Amino acid sequence: MTTEIFEDAPGPADKNPNQVIQKPAPDAAAKHRWRGEGVVLNVFSHGFLAVWALMVAVPLLWALWSSFKTSGDILSHPWSLPLHPHVDSWSRAWTKAHMSRYFINTVIVVGFSTVGTMLFGSMAAYVLARFEFFGNRFIYFLFVGGMAFPVVMVLVPLFFVTKNLGILNTLPGLILVYIAYSLPFTVFFMTSFFRTLPTSVAEAALVDGASHTRTFFQIMVPMAKPGIISIGIFNVLGQWNQYLLPLVLNQGNTDKWVLTQGLADLSVQQGYQGDWSGLFAGLSIAMLPVLAIYIIFQRQVQAGLTAGAVK
Amino acid sequence: MRHGKYRFIIGFLAIPVALYAVLVISPFVQDFQISLTDWSGLTPEKHYIGLDNYQKIIHNNLFWKALWHNVLMLLIVPIVTLALGLFFAFMLNVGGRRRKGSASVVGVRGAGFYKIVYFFPQVLSVTVIAVLWEQIYNPDPDNGLLNSLLGDVGLTSLQQSWLGDPNIALACIMAVMVWANVGFYVVLFSAGMASIPGEIYEAALLDGANRYVTFFRVTLPLLRDTVATGWVYMGIIAMDGFAFVQLMSVNNGGPSETTDVVPLLLYKTAFRDNSQYGMAAAMGVAMLIVTLLFAVLTLRLNRRERIEF
Repeated sequence: MTTEIFEDAPGPADKNPNQVIQKPAPDAAAKHRWRGEGVVLNVFSHGFLAVWALMVAVPLLWALWSSFKTSGDILSHPWSLPLHPHVDSWSRAWTKAHMSRYFINTVIVVGFSTVGTMLFGSMAAYVLARFEFFGNRFIYFLFVGGMAFPVVMVLVPLFFVTKNLGILNTLPGLILVYIAYSLPFTVFFMTSFFRTLPTSVAEAALVDGASHTRTFFQIMVPMAKPGIISIGIFNVLGQWNQYLLPLVLNQGNTDKWVLTQGLADLSVQQGYQGDWSGLFAGLSIAMLPVLAIYIIFQRQVQAGLTAGAVK
Repeated sequence: MRHGKYRFIIGFLAIPVALYAVLVISPFVQDFQISLTDWSGLTPEKHYIGLDNYQKIIHNNLFWKALWHNVLMLLIVPIVTLALGLFFAFMLNVGGRRRKGSASVVGVRGAGFYKIVYFFPQVLSVTVIAVLWEQIYNPDPDNGLLNSLLGDVGLTSLQQSWLGDPNIALACIMAVMVWANVGFYVVLFSAGMASIPGEIYEAALLDGANRYVTFFRVTLPLLRDTVATGWVYMGIIAMDGFAFVQLMSVNNGGPSETTDVVPLLLYKTAFRDNSQYGMAAAMGVAMLIVTLLFAVLTLRLNRRERIEF
């Protein structure tokens, strides 16, 4: 360690790049200098990286450990660890604040809409990627164009369209809306994915007498599995975290609320009731399942969420 | 065969296109139409009033204030987020201490762990993040995480009412938006940096370039496309800001409208205050125009030849 620092101590020659060239072994000197930098940089980068890791992790841990404290404890010692863990705030949030119901509603909505999105999105993408017909480009750009416009723009008309269809404030209505608004990105991604798959296998199946539908479901879908999983994860997280659409299209009966609505309401309620530990328990209920799934599948989740950006 | 093909195409496209046409395209078209009416929702009939709503918006100070906040978010949040993302990604991938006999460019030890932790906020809903940070920003000097932390280290003078202070409320919300999104770009840029061939770094090293020069002359130019995509993504997120402001700000856009953004104003105009649907629809069109402007500007700025490697 000491020799290394000694070796790499920046002499006056190092400061002038022209003089470096005059040294007998210029590349060795450069490598040495780089390594010397590495020592400083290593400490430096670890410092910054660790600080940001703490800035991310501590708030989440704080919410979790606060959920095991009493509201009084949270008020008087916000930083202290729960030495005598209380779990009653969890049951309070789960039953009295109806987080259980919101949780189930969210699972239902996200389950159906993700399956629907992937099914309809892949079907449309497959046809658009593999078949030539009049209007192909037009339909493709119609879908892809939807990625560019802000959802908030259509809130008013969308409210009345769903109202007129009789699906306002219903879970099936929310599912259909989620599917429709997830289609642009799904179609965009899956179309380019289907284009990359070899045509020979599908052609062989057709020659063997399989119908187009059968070829799609039994050959193309299994081949497209990596893409379907990536975009599936993307859609699950996007729909699970949706707030704006349910806020406008599902504001009626609280029985039908999803998790994000319930949590937002809990946050307002807590202001009146002072049930801080209940709020933190509710936060943890909304937070932990996704974090757990993420930690288990982190590779796929990171790949899935960034897939769209690098394509 | 031919016949079967068209039946198949129609069969596969019918449901997705119908859903999309009814729930996405038709509201989009209707928005322009509604924006030309005085519709308040109370009466079934709408009267066409031409561009009156747009004129009202143009003369509405609150709208310009909200739009300014959107523009601020659009400028500041992506720049800070992308800069931090690039910085951390570079640290993770190139900041490592070089070991003898290994490649010239080494990531720091534990890079995988950092990437997992940094990504946490990305999988959480905006609601969770906003509600959590509302508690962190809690103005009470004993109760809020941030204020009590400042108190514990003796910086009582820095304690703020955060979201309650008109001068810093917007900055506090933007900080949370940055906090929530940096991890995504660290992972994205790390993937981009990993695909840059090691020989390029090796060559830079032999030429005597240090890491800072390497970053600006090698890494950044080669990541140009990824950064540009990231910029568009971040712009769309910053353009919205609805959920963060609606959930965190005092009084929905307060204190005294210092955090209001156009999407929230639109929401309030339509669904909270007197159901002024025509006016809200006009704000929606205005949002579209700003978004398109942003997209066009981004594309123009990024029109440059690609570097293949």
